[in-house]
Amino acid sequence: MRAAVTILVVAALASVPLWLRDPYLLNALITTGIFVIGAMSLNLLLGFTGQLSLGHIAFFGIGAYVSALTSLGFDAGLPGGFRLVHTSWPPIAGFVLAILVAGSCGYFVGLLSFRVRGAYFVIVTISFAEVVRLVALNWVELTQGPLALTNIPSIALPLPGFGELTLRTKFHNYYLVLVVALIAYLLIARLVHSHFGRAMRGLMENETLAVSVGIDVTRTLTLAAVISAAIAGAAGSLYAHYIRIIDPEVFAFINTVTMVIMVISGGKGSLAGPVVGGLIFGLLPVALRPVMAPEAQWIAYGGVLIAILFVLPRGIVPSLAQRFARRRSGAAALATAALTDTGAKEPA
Amino acid sequence: MSEFLQHLVNMLVLGGTYALLGIGLTLIFGIMNVVNFTHGVLYTFGAYIMFIVVQQLGLNFFVALPVAVLAGWLLGAAIELTLLRPLRGSDIDTTMLVMIGAWIAMQSGALWIWGGVAKSVATPFPEAPLVLGPVSVSWLRLFVLAAAAMLILVTYLLINKTSLGRAMRATFQDHDTASLMGVNVDMIYTSTFAIGSSLAAAAGALLGPVYVIFPQMGDLAAVKAFAIVILGGLGNITGAVIGGFILALAEELGAGYVSSGYRDAMGFVIIIAVLIFRPTGLFARAERVG
Repeated sequence: MRAAVTILVVAALASVPLWLRDPYLLNALITTGIFVIGAMSLNLLLGFTGQLSLGHIAFFGIGAYVSALTSLGFDAGLPGGFRLVHTSWPPIAGFVLAILVAGSCGYFVGLLSFRVRGAYFVIVTISFAEVVRLVALNWVELTQGPLALTNIPSIALPLPGFGELTLRTKFHNYYLVLVVALIAYLLIARLVHSHFGRAMRGLMENETLAVSVGIDVTRTLTLAAVISAAIAGAAGSLYAHYIRIIDPEVFAFINTVTMVIMVISGGKGSLAGPVVGGLIFGLLPVALRPVMAPEAQWIAYGGVLIAILFVLPRGIVPSLAQRFARRRSGAAALATAALTDTGAKEPA
Repeated sequence: MSEFLQHLVNMLVLGGTYALLGIGLTLIFGIMNVVNFTHGVLYTFGAYIMFIVVQQLGLNFFVALPVAVLAGWLLGAAIELTLLRPLRGSDIDTTMLVMIGAWIAMQSGALWIWGGVAKSVATPFPEAPLVLGPVSVSWLRLFVLAAAAMLILVTYLLINKTSLGRAMRATFQDHDTASLMGVNVDMIYTSTFAIGSSLAAAAGALLGPVYVIFPQMGDLAAVKAFAIVILGGLGNITGAVIGGFILALAEELGAGYVSSGYRDAMGFVIIIAVLIFRPTGLFARAERVG
């Protein structure tokens, strides 16, 4: 049943570029898809370990910069007269490096910031993202600072026997994003249903108890941070090669907030949540554009975030799942409701 | 050496307003356990009130300052009553996200009303700075330091010498027990948020005329306030004052001797370093929450 729904949704999403000819809408769908990948990776931390990382855009941005710099090449000076020189590599190598570098950054940031919890964890993660942004802004020799990295090449897929396929059009990029998103979704689904996933959720519900039954808290949290950061890095790389220009504004706090809104509104701790929330909030600006000034759109954005937290604090997917289950069978309803009520920890 | 003295003087002026920001946030964070993302917007709001009263209504600069403090108090009370009171008892992440939503909406509102073009406020102080041997400081900045010092003193007296302050301190220690002793905890929360917000507005009203006023000016101010609170320890007013001056010194020295581009990175570096090496803050006795 669940697999059938997933296949149907994927098939429907895959058919979109075949009938949607509006380049503006297709562009909105591609960027939304990229942010949905970021939101899914954030959900791994926020929804399954309970750690609210508000610096998640750092990994996305690091992925974008690593991928762009790998494919463009650079020549930057280091203190002490050394030079950091790199000639350009194919963008696909940039994509792989982006995942590796973002993942390693996730390891170090996780190692340091998981020493604190709650509000302190949130503030440390914000600080990391801002430090990275300031470095991207000020290390002009490497990143061009506010002048932005331009002319980033599109990703080219090597096809044995046919040369290579350069993914330049929106049509191509849509499928690229869809495939990466699907891989990320399946990877996260596999993870949360594994032994590791149960360790994460046990830790979220009661850390002291989790420790007492032998769950290695630091190891579990750090591993979740690494995987989450690596997926965010992949999304950042897709972004860099699709938009083909990046500047330090990619690290803006508002981008993290966008991902958080996607996760919270869709339902944290639900696999489909970030996808549903992401599609709504990714396409909301498109829907609001004809009727509202850009500033008013952001006011609405903030207002909708507050409204969702007041009305559907657990998110759209868990709330709907509960309602659906309740209607389907009267007697079984109570049991199911009680089940879903344990904080929507069961993935939808 | 004279360069260093000049940095010290700048540090004193900057540190005073940073301390105001930090005290406001540490009260809210410490007593209510709310990570207040609207603190920076209140700072911006205070600066815009100065702009409205001085530039648009043409009233006196010294009249505008108390107006800004009062307006910050009212806006803070309104935020607490509409957004935080209904969420009493929800987890810290929910209130934090609601505060983020309010911050986005209010900052975009400021952009909508006043536009993105930076505004400046005329001041009644002479242009020529006061020169004392090797260092010079503008009269406006001296006034900012004096006003900040006065507001810090008033807040200190309010917390330590009045019955409202005693109730606030009791709520900070244990809100259940305070409630049992007859303290109206809801009222304390609203007052705390209003006082903290009015201090943020005061900081904005004082620093706005020194620099320029624009809708995003509060973002960095908020981060700096968080850095100060973490430095000084949760709910620790003396710690917040010292933290404000330490942050100002770090920024001055960072901008003077490292690179001016990294001036604003100092706050973040301090946050990361303190939380990793001394997570209870430099002077904290109070235990950590969360």
